[in-house]
Amino acid sequence: MTALKLPNDPSSSDIDIKDVVLRYGKGENAVLALNGISFHVERNEFCVIVGPSGCGKSSLLYLIAGLEDRTDGSISVGGQVVTEPGPDRGMVFQGYTLFPWLTVAQNVEYGPKRKGYAPAARKDTVEHYLAEVGLSKFANHYPSQLSGGMKQRVAIARALANDPEVLLMDEPFGALDSQTRHSMQKLLLRVWENTKKTVLFVTHDIDEAILLADRVVVMSGRPGQIKKEIRVDIPRPRTMDIMMEPDFIAMKRDILELLKNDDDDH
Amino acid sequence: MSEQSLFKTVTIPFKPIPRSVALSASVLIWVIVIAGWFALAYSGTVKDMFLPKPEAVVTTTIKMMADGTLWEHMLASVQVVLIGFIVSSVVAVPLGLMMGTYRIVQAFFDPLVNFIRYLPVTSFVPLFILWIGIGIEQRIAVIIFGIFFQQLVMIADNARSVPRDLVNAAYTLGTRRVDTVFHIVLPATLPNVLDVLRVTMGWAWTYLVVAELVAARSGLGYISLKAMRGFQVDVIFMAIALIGILGLATDQMFRIVRRVVAPWAV
Repeated sequence: MTALKLPNDPSSSDIDIKDVVLRYGKGENAVLALNGISFHVERNEFCVIVGPSGCGKSSLLYLIAGLEDRTDGSISVGGQVVTEPGPDRGMVFQGYTLFPWLTVAQNVEYGPKRKGYAPAARKDTVEHYLAEVGLSKFANHYPSQLSGGMKQRVAIARALANDPEVLLMDEPFGALDSQTRHSMQKLLLRVWENTKKTVLFVTHDIDEAILLADRVVVMSGRPGQIKKEIRVDIPRPRTMDIMMEPDFIAMKRDILELLKNDDDDH
Repeated sequence: MSEQSLFKTVTIPFKPIPRSVALSASVLIWVIVIAGWFALAYSGTVKDMFLPKPEAVVTTTIKMMADGTLWEHMLASVQVVLIGFIVSSVVAVPLGLMMGTYRIVQAFFDPLVNFIRYLPVTSFVPLFILWIGIGIEQRIAVIIFGIFFQQLVMIADNARSVPRDLVNAAYTLGTRRVDTVFHIVLPATLPNVLDVLRVTMGWAWTYLVVAELVAARSGLGYISLKAMRGFQVDVIFMAIALIGILGLATDQMFRIVRRVVAPWAV
């Protein structure tokens, strides 16, 4: 199975976002959700967007995935301009989106099957990623038989098994209790260090952002704009222990300050 | 368990009761109905002409079984119900899924469907007799008219309530938009669609009897009507009982089918 581990994953791509505007509705009732967003996610980078709820950070992911249409600006992944959804941009959603009619293994196999890969290769992929998320024993269970944390682990395995160029994660642990969330963060760090997939991760949890990120992009609310980009130089592999370190705490204070100013504006 | 505590258990709102108690209660209702029948018939409270003795119904049933007339009429009824139900469902399921998935299909059909849906089917019977006579086609038409539009609306509602992010997840895994209806919406709604079919199968039986009472030369509704003219109330009782039993049997069959084809939704 080690053959499947791809440090410095060559299939990863960068994400380029330029002057992106998202407006809902028309005329006087129009709501400006995103106002001129520009930033770049490097290949193999773990980038986290943090911001208050309703700042449009999730909408930005949906735009990159091609699930929604931007009003203006350009988005490209690996040099390809985004026009519609596609398997090159994998996504893990906030809610549970496993296919309830498929077993855990069949869910993970879904993407490779769509791509027309041979059954033997698919089986290897499924076994590998289920082992990665620690759910080999649940291969033949249906999603309805799993806990929330397990469902999200399968969702991560399913997205990775499809070998996307970038992985978009929309508050994937937002609905989980804090205990489960911590173990999921640990698992994601470990899995990511094995694959070095380009990841764009959205959260409102500042601890989560710093713990996971190479770079944190801080967004302000309504209309969504980028306030600051902060590089996180804490060496990897990281554990939960870094949350007690002065660097971490200083960074957290900076981000809190940025988000607090945002509150004052309203 | 003492009498006192059993009484307490069954009088607590929403509280589950032991299986044996539930089963006893379910048998008891039929014991009461049949005992009431015996009492009324044998005490002479109600004349034989209006309420047959149970033994009369049994002997009539055996006699009609023996000379083959019962099978002939039962088969005629079952045939009409099945043809009407299958023709209706084969069109209603895919069209309903399309209506729920594509707003344009809904916008096109909704005005017509919602108009016809509120017309009592019985009001069409004279028209159908005028157009297609009193053959089997007329009864099939009544059944189709009775259930098709209801199936359409309920299936479309189910399709419309498929979570958007389930479909979005499928897109990010390589599902093409044109495959949404049959790759995602159909399996996602399959348990509900089967429930719709099960419920409308019951309605199909109702419309069948309506059609047979008005114009037919065979079927369980027809022999009831003929029996009324000859004051053979025992035959009417037999026909009613058989329609009930056949309905119950098809209902159970649908439950089994659902368990087999949608095991995840049990």
